[in-house]
Amino acid sequence: MALSETPMQRERARTIFEKSKAGRRAAVLPEAGVPEPPLEELIPAKLLRDEPPRLPEIAEPEIVRHYNRLSRRNFDLDSGFYPLGSCTMKHNPRLNERVAALPGHARLHPAQDPRRAQGALELMWLLQESLAEICGLPHVSLQPSAGSHGELAGLLLTRAFHADRGEERTKVLAPDTAHGTNPASVTMAGYEAVKVATNERGGVEMDDLRAKVSGEVACLMLTNPNTLGLFDENIAEIAALIHEVGGTLYYDGANLNAVMGKSRPGDMGFDIVHVNLHKSFSQPHGGGGPGAGPIAVSERIEPFLPRPQVVRPTGENGGGPFYDLDHDRPKSIGRLRGFQGNFGVFVRSYAYILSLGADGLAEASETAVLNANYLKARLAQGRSGKHLPVAFDRHCMHEFVLSGKPMKRELGVATLDLAKRLLDFGFHPPTVYFPLLVEEALMVEPTETETKESLDAFADAIEEILAEAEDDPGIAKQAPYTTPVRRLDEVKATRRPVVRQPLD
Amino acid sequence: MSRYTSATPADRAEMLATIGVDSVADLFEQVPEPLRLNRPLALEQGLGEAEVYERLAALAERNSDAEEQVCFLGAGMYDHYVPAIVDAITQRSEFLTPYTPYQPEISQGGLQAMFEFQTMMSELTALPVSTAGLYEGPSSVASAGYLAIGATGRRRFVVSRGLHPHSRETLTTYSQGYDAEIAEVGLEDGATDATALAAAVDDDTAAVFLQSPNFLGAVEDVEALGAAAKEHGALLIVAVDAMTLGVLRPPGECGADVALGEGQPLGNRLDFGGPSFGFFCGTEELMRKMPGRIAGETDDVDGRRGFVLALQTREQHIRREKATHNICTAQALNALAATVHLAWLGREGFRELGELLVRRTAYARERLAALDGIEPLHGAPVVREFAVRLDAPVDRVLERCAERGIAAGYPLGRDYSEYEDGLLIAITERRSREQVDALAEALGAAVAAECGDFPIHNSGKSPQTKPQPPQTQEIG
Repeated sequence: MALSETPMQRERARTIFEKSKAGRRAAVLPEAGVPEPPLEELIPAKLLRDEPPRLPEIAEPEIVRHYNRLSRRNFDLDSGFYPLGSCTMKHNPRLNERVAALPGHARLHPAQDPRRAQGALELMWLLQESLAEICGLPHVSLQPSAGSHGELAGLLLTRAFHADRGEERTKVLAPDTAHGTNPASVTMAGYEAVKVATNERGGVEMDDLRAKVSGEVACLMLTNPNTLGLFDENIAEIAALIHEVGGTLYYDGANLNAVMGKSRPGDMGFDIVHVNLHKSFSQPHGGGGPGAGPIAVSERIEPFLPRPQVVRPTGENGGGPFYDLDHDRPKSIGRLRGFQGNFGVFVRSYAYILSLGADGLAEASETAVLNANYLKARLAQGRSGKHLPVAFDRHCMHEFVLSGKPMKRELGVATLDLAKRLLDFGFHPPTVYFPLLVEEALMVEPTETETKESLDAFADAIEEILAEAEDDPGIAKQAPYTTPVRRLDEVKATRRPVVRQPLD
Repeated sequence: MSRYTSATPADRAEMLATIGVDSVADLFEQVPEPLRLNRPLALEQGLGEAEVYERLAALAERNSDAEEQVCFLGAGMYDHYVPAIVDAITQRSEFLTPYTPYQPEISQGGLQAMFEFQTMMSELTALPVSTAGLYEGPSSVASAGYLAIGATGRRRFVVSRGLHPHSRETLTTYSQGYDAEIAEVGLEDGATDATALAAAVDDDTAAVFLQSPNFLGAVEDVEALGAAAKEHGALLIVAVDAMTLGVLRPPGECGADVALGEGQPLGNRLDFGGPSFGFFCGTEELMRKMPGRIAGETDDVDGRRGFVLALQTREQHIRREKATHNICTAQALNALAATVHLAWLGREGFRELGELLVRRTAYARERLAALDGIEPLHGAPVVREFAVRLDAPVDRVLERCAERGIAAGYPLGRDYSEYEDGLLIAITERRSREQVDALAEALGAAVAAECGDFPIHNSGKSPQTKPQPPQTQEIG
């Protein structure tokens, strides 16, 4: 491939510190308006800083230009198709940004007296009720800040639940297809992570599960549909097995987008569910957060929920309902973070639920499943069908997993190469090399907000890349060519890490 | 077709034909019949955009926000001015809508912003390594506990009672999982009791946790207090309010191994408590044990400078049960807001803002202390928040101030039974001298009215400068 630098590539990265010049500034601060004694008269000199931190010195126009330039070096959901499996990159409605920015939400102090934050507490209560209905479980805590935080919460709830019955258990089971956060959370919660095998249909291997279920098992963590995008048909039997030995069943809600209004984790037998509001409920991902990971739980887990809990006490004499923060929860595992959780995320997700409603949520899941199966069918044709077979050949839910093993063997093109070549075609690649049990995995989740045209264009691009690779695999192996930078040396970044700008 | 989907009936027919099924229902047949929800969810039907807006606006209307009340509430989150460029930049699609930068070639904007953020936080704290950010303050404290256990192999924490109550409680919650014991050290005139701290730290101690300024606003002598940690080989973990680091000696110069904290004051709005972010900085030795994302500088195949997620082998998606933490999605956009805010303040502006806070706070503290029925809760130095004792029931006083449009502060009795009469008052650059004067007037009047009716204790001030409440005078 002939290489000529694109304009973006010619524009080499310069940090804001490298644009700094002594004496420039943006902020104009108010006058103190009060006596201004030397600082040392107010705070002992030994507690004061000698030199201010070397923040950049730069005027506002150049700050704006700098970050606008940086923004152009990002690919984003609003620019194009982003079929990143397990991440649910669905449209982020701008209405949600508008309502979250209303001063009544955005400038509300978290320690405000509940009597003067009734709108916020009511919103939280309404969101709790909505999530309870969607999950099919009666109680919700909105406190966890993301999915992994919800997982830790669920495992600490499990620990408290067993301790309350005088039991101490040691093991938590999770399938080998589980998200990495599952075993990491298990360790943080002080349990031993035990892997359960996957059967030939992509579900939990029941014999392996039976062999590993015992009175030592505190919990089974499961994603359903799982990370292969397949619904585990044996879920009722799995739930019964775990409940028979007194364990809890935890639902990783990363894939809830497949089943909203169609099937409920509570009805499947789960005790604890986390919901990624930044996946199914349209909170923008922000380049890696913020999110929120509320948990819904069954009656037997409820006494242990984090403090404080938003409640609507009944039995008030007259007047409208009153919403409050309940700190008086003697069996609670306690706080998982400060204040009440990521409220700004709650506002956006509640607006989303109101926008879609019962009908719209079910239709979103139906369309997500339709889009995934359509794209899977498209990719089963032609060259992709040959080089990139689906790992488990059955109808999928909202996502599916392909294996690049034949492609690698036959064309010498690895999944990573295909992913990098997709960048030149203007697509964000699918999740790669996950789940771990599929060799050269590509995990594709189109979501419901994509058009048929986008799905077709993606399938066409894969076909074109494979045709090109049959001809000259070197093209994919050196890709990408058109991005602001090309393949980066990640080994160097880990062996000899440079994690801040030197300023000397 | 719902609001955010595009499949027309014709599209659907064509797609179903390609899949080879008759209906979408066929695709859901993998869900066993008894587990299908064969009814609509018990939620309303979807609403139009204008209706949703009205619903949410009506809820917002029922909150007393800092636009409506003059806000002296702090306790970890503060009503700072967020410059307009923060909104303009963080609302750009290119920053708002991508996922975590797993494909660095098309994520250079976000990765470079993380690198700049890390540099800024490293400068603020005077520690060489900063992560790209965690969820928020208190859970970052708990994450530092997990790091300390991994780094020292010990399971005992010594914690100052000046550490934010939410941080102490979160640390306790996490400790149920990673099985750590917590010893608390009390306060002496507002600051951590140095003798008690030195006595509490032993060779089994994994970490000493301090906060400066602490929850009562007192600036701690971190270096002196931290000596006990050094002596016993425990990590010194210091929670700081980043906004004070333009004037206060940074934790890295005071012997801290980890400096962390709530990031909200930097460029993030109050949002009733979140989303914000937690910053987390540490020494070189701890770099490979740190939680969460870290951006690093490298080169591309043509030698161009670029940025990637560095040290990913610490993380859950690679290391699974052996990861240094379980965190995945964090708060990248909130950290970007901080980066833009700090660039806007700049080196001089950041220092000036710190000095402004010190002087306005000193003025407010002095102004309130001169009032009848109000006295300082401690005499320790403060930057932007201070505590007073009221000679009247705090809740009633707060209610009277609220009726005059002032959120006068945070009642310490919520978290400290020993300070039932305590009020914590926070100052930002938005709180003008006139507003402080209005607070003094409202608070003075409220205390006078309430302590007249309900004398609860003797203020302890001399009768010459502080007349007792009327009833007491009559009796005397």
